[in-house]
Amino acid sequence: MIALIGLVTLTLVAVAAIATVMATNLFVASMWFGIFSLLMASNFFILDAADVALTEAAVGAGVSTVLFMGALALTGEKEAIRSRVSWFPMAVLGVLALALFVATFQQPMLGDPMAPVHQHVAPWYLEQTPNLINIPNVVTAILASFRGYDTLGEVIVIFTAGIGVLSVLSFKPKRRQTISSEALAAKVRGVQHHSILRVVGKLVIPLLMLFALVVQFHGKYTPGGGFSAGALFAAAVMLYGILEGADRSAKAMPEKVMLRLAAFGATLYTSVGLVCMLLGGAFLDYNVLWPDPVVGQYFGILLVEFGVGLTVTTVLVMIFNAFANRPTY
Amino acid sequence: MMEMIVDGLSWLLLAGGGFFVLVGGVGVIRMPDLYTRIHAASVTETLGTMLILIGLMLHSGWELATFKLLAILVFLLFTGPVSSYALGNTALLGGLKPELGSQDPSKEGRDL
Repeated sequence: MIALIGLVTLTLVAVAAIATVMATNLFVASMWFGIFSLLMASNFFILDAADVALTEAAVGAGVSTVLFMGALALTGEKEAIRSRVSWFPMAVLGVLALALFVATFQQPMLGDPMAPVHQHVAPWYLEQTPNLINIPNVVTAILASFRGYDTLGEVIVIFTAGIGVLSVLSFKPKRRQTISSEALAAKVRGVQHHSILRVVGKLVIPLLMLFALVVQFHGKYTPGGGFSAGALFAAAVMLYGILEGADRSAKAMPEKVMLRLAAFGATLYTSVGLVCMLLGGAFLDYNVLWPDPVVGQYFGILLVEFGVGLTVTTVLVMIFNAFANRPTY
Repeated sequence: MMEMIVDGLSWLLLAGGGFFVLVGGVGVIRMPDLYTRIHAASVTETLGTMLILIGLMLHSGWELATFKLLAILVFLLFTGPVSSYALGNTALLGGLKPELGSQDPSKEGRDL
């Protein structure tokens, strides 16, 4: 039964991917992209990867669709027409696709216990998590403790990406701006009386933030963690920005504070590692944080996840505000 | 006895929900313009999901899952109609005219 559902969702993923490529209207394409992400999230869920599904649904279907809309508001929604078919990239892609198809037949079957991925370090993680860390969600244990180096790298990548996007978007051309973003937002507020949306938004936003906090701090027991919590929290702020005007969300979350918090999140992660070193352990070896190593792991994971959540939230909010508040020239 | 009634009721609600989801899907394909399509789709997201979720709640009994389903139901009842409203409102503001029934007899019976 579950295989049948998986087959249907995977087919729909392929349909959504083709539709994304075929759509010439970029607005339609980004909507298809959101559908694609949601289908991928359900696929991840079918594969029992609830943590990944949560993150994919929040980031792929939610946040990045909003960011695409923000980018489209600055450019246009029509794709540039290209009449010439470039054969060389097509041929390269064809060969690559063929190689991937052939490789698929060599792969172990889904859920095969003899697959190499289940034979390498995974059994050790599953066996040792109750003894060493004592939390039910093994994914969080792997992400924040066993493979803490990788996660630190990811946080730094997100931070760098945020800085990159901000430096591109804060570039100002010489021409005088025709309308400032604040004036535009005020004008839009004057035209639209979205009372229904704003009332329901006021109901939904606190719940969304509460859910983000649950995902953040309950991530040791249930699916979740800093990445998905950050995306959910940022989604709540974006919803506020969409409903009340982006100038107000930028006022509620000023860029100066956001920038410092983003840096603080990444620094918190790194300094937890450094404190471990000062206490005589290895980098990111939380065992030394407390006399009882299991409690040490608990605090280490808590702090590290908090750093991750802080950086993800602030970077996403900053990118949204940068898109939404960029003046029109 | 009681169990059988609850099971039957849950089966009935699930089947009814499935039916309305199907009707909504047919409506989205068959309806002529955006506004009528939203109308068809909102059948799916309110009546269809409501019946399915209540059916699942009956099925699960007094468990934690029941309250989770209830929370999802309340959330969907708030957001579903509102998102339909937002879609319709934005389409109208964007200048999309609803397709009105034509009084012109020569246009009657055209393919929708």
